[in-house]
Amino acid sequence: MDPTSKTAILYLENINVSFDGFKALNDLSLSIRPGEMRAIIGPNGAGKTTMMDVITGKTRPDSGRVLFNDIHNLARMDETDIATLGIGRKFQKPTVFENHTVNDNLLLALSDGRGVWDTLFANVGSREAERIDEILQIIRLSKVQGEYAASLSHGQKQWLEIGMLLAQKPKLLLVDEPVAGMTDSETAETARLLKEISQQHSLVVVEHDMDFVRDLDVDVTVLHEGAAIAEGSLDYVSKSDRVIEVYLGR
Amino acid sequence: MILRLLKNGIDRKSWIFLSVLFAVTFGVSILNLAPTPGSTLHLSSFVVTVLGKYLTYALLALSVDLVWGYCGVLSLGHAAFFTLGGYAMGMHLMREIGPRGVYGHPILPDFMVFLNWQELPWFWLGFDMFWFAALMVILVPGVLAFVFGWFAFRSRVTGVYLSIITQALTFALMLAFFRNDMGFGGNNGLTDFKDILGFNLQSDGTRVGLLIASAVALAIGFLIARAVVTSKFGKVLIAIRDAESRTRFLGYRAENYKLLVWTLSASMAGVAGALYVPQVGIINPSEFSPANSIEVVIYVALGGRGTLVGAALGGVLVNFAKTIFTGAFPEYWLFFLGGLFVVSTLFMPKGIIGVWGHIANKWRADRARNASSTLQANTLKKGD
Repeated sequence: MDPTSKTAILYLENINVSFDGFKALNDLSLSIRPGEMRAIIGPNGAGKTTMMDVITGKTRPDSGRVLFNDIHNLARMDETDIATLGIGRKFQKPTVFENHTVNDNLLLALSDGRGVWDTLFANVGSREAERIDEILQIIRLSKVQGEYAASLSHGQKQWLEIGMLLAQKPKLLLVDEPVAGMTDSETAETARLLKEISQQHSLVVVEHDMDFVRDLDVDVTVLHEGAAIAEGSLDYVSKSDRVIEVYLGR
Repeated sequence: MILRLLKNGIDRKSWIFLSVLFAVTFGVSILNLAPTPGSTLHLSSFVVTVLGKYLTYALLALSVDLVWGYCGVLSLGHAAFFTLGGYAMGMHLMREIGPRGVYGHPILPDFMVFLNWQELPWFWLGFDMFWFAALMVILVPGVLAFVFGWFAFRSRVTGVYLSIITQALTFALMLAFFRNDMGFGGNNGLTDFKDILGFNLQSDGTRVGLLIASAVALAIGFLIARAVVTSKFGKVLIAIRDAESRTRFLGYRAENYKLLVWTLSASMAGVAGALYVPQVGIINPSEFSPANSIEVVIYVALGGRGTLVGAALGGVLVNFAKTIFTGAFPEYWLFFLGGLFVVSTLFMPKGIIGVWGHIANKWRADRARNASSTLQANTLKKGD
């Protein structure tokens, strides 16, 4: 695929990041089509989280470009600007606001004004309530909407966080290890949830759990030592010698 | 915003707080003014002034709770804003003395005559007008806080580092104000005030007026703080307190939120200081001392961080204890204060308000259980 064509919502070009001499990302290039859900897999230390950090502005790359919608170079923007562009990120550890109710967590994430005066004089009305109800149904938390996020189970927190991403009406969702620490039934439910979401959003999912990735049934990119070593369907990449060597070779 | 405040902001706890505040204020005022001095019902002017002083400390504690309790910014320098507000008021009171000073100079305050100054420094201009001084009470601490916060929050200074630089801020101001050539009376500060808005500061009526003004200021400060923390803005503040980077990823500029609430809080502290000065009759650089700012944090911690009512309550209670203690066993006060802080952190992490809420919940649960068991007993009887 021609990387400069207008068919990529996210395009990473020759990204390099090193921490104290350790190359976390090594000339990484990657392209995500609009509307696509892509799974990123790779062993520990392959650079998955660093890649997310680069896309969301938490880490500046030493070199390379990150293009969003072919126009914005994310490598030069900060977290807030990138979030405002429509890139939402779900963290590995669920970080919801524990001292807020499920409802308020979603309210804060809704794509309304983010300025101090917007919120100081905000009137929370029925429009917001409707949108929140809608999301609560998608993430299956309608029954606990009035409870503090601190009292949710681990799986519920993960879903709440996904809901918060949806509330931001993002153009691209980055989901970091969504099923880590989940029970089997929660994992299966999460796969269904993400597929439902992918009908309307572009998604990048980083995950270790192979069964889960199989459930998602999407194209996979395999990272190793900061570079993409294979790309395609899960069956296709699992036949690649390089992937077998990385995963099974040691 | 005002409508919303009336709808959601004033909960039962707020009503209780405001009612008690005004009941006590008016009770003390009436018992001071109405009965003839000497009768058993008469309350001395000392009580009036001391209560007024407590209320200004309560307002200061409230302002600290707003930034610390709701936004997680632990200020160890709020006494600086309090004292600056106090100086602004003190400068007005000095100008109002006019030619009645010891040296009888028509314009220059005594200490300037003593230092052989020929004319009023530029920054004393305008303070002869009350409205100007009142404006400065809010603006000076506010602008200082804004500039300080602009740099600190933008460079993402947080946690202990921020606390340390707030402490440095108040310490630096203390050293500066101790110098005679700063033009604020140096070591001795500003004192010998005569009257305010034409009312004699020594008269009972004025003292009661200042007490009521302090109560009103506390109530307004409380309502503003409630309006802020119950708005969506307040929810963002709590989000920043609990998970700042998460809030940034949601697209909120945490530094702007901190800056606004920090500036508001500083202005509130300034108003508290301005009401404090005419009631105690003096303002000097020792008010900037770092220990004062730390004491305010104890008020908030003891009363209940992040509750507003608790902070105000802590301010009054700790200072009441201080009045009693420093009278009875002055040498043990600091030990007692330190002990209070340790005990409240260890055993009452949510302060007095937290303990109270706990007891109230338990009582309610007990009552519900009793009610349901009586109901059960009754149904059982019917079954027989």
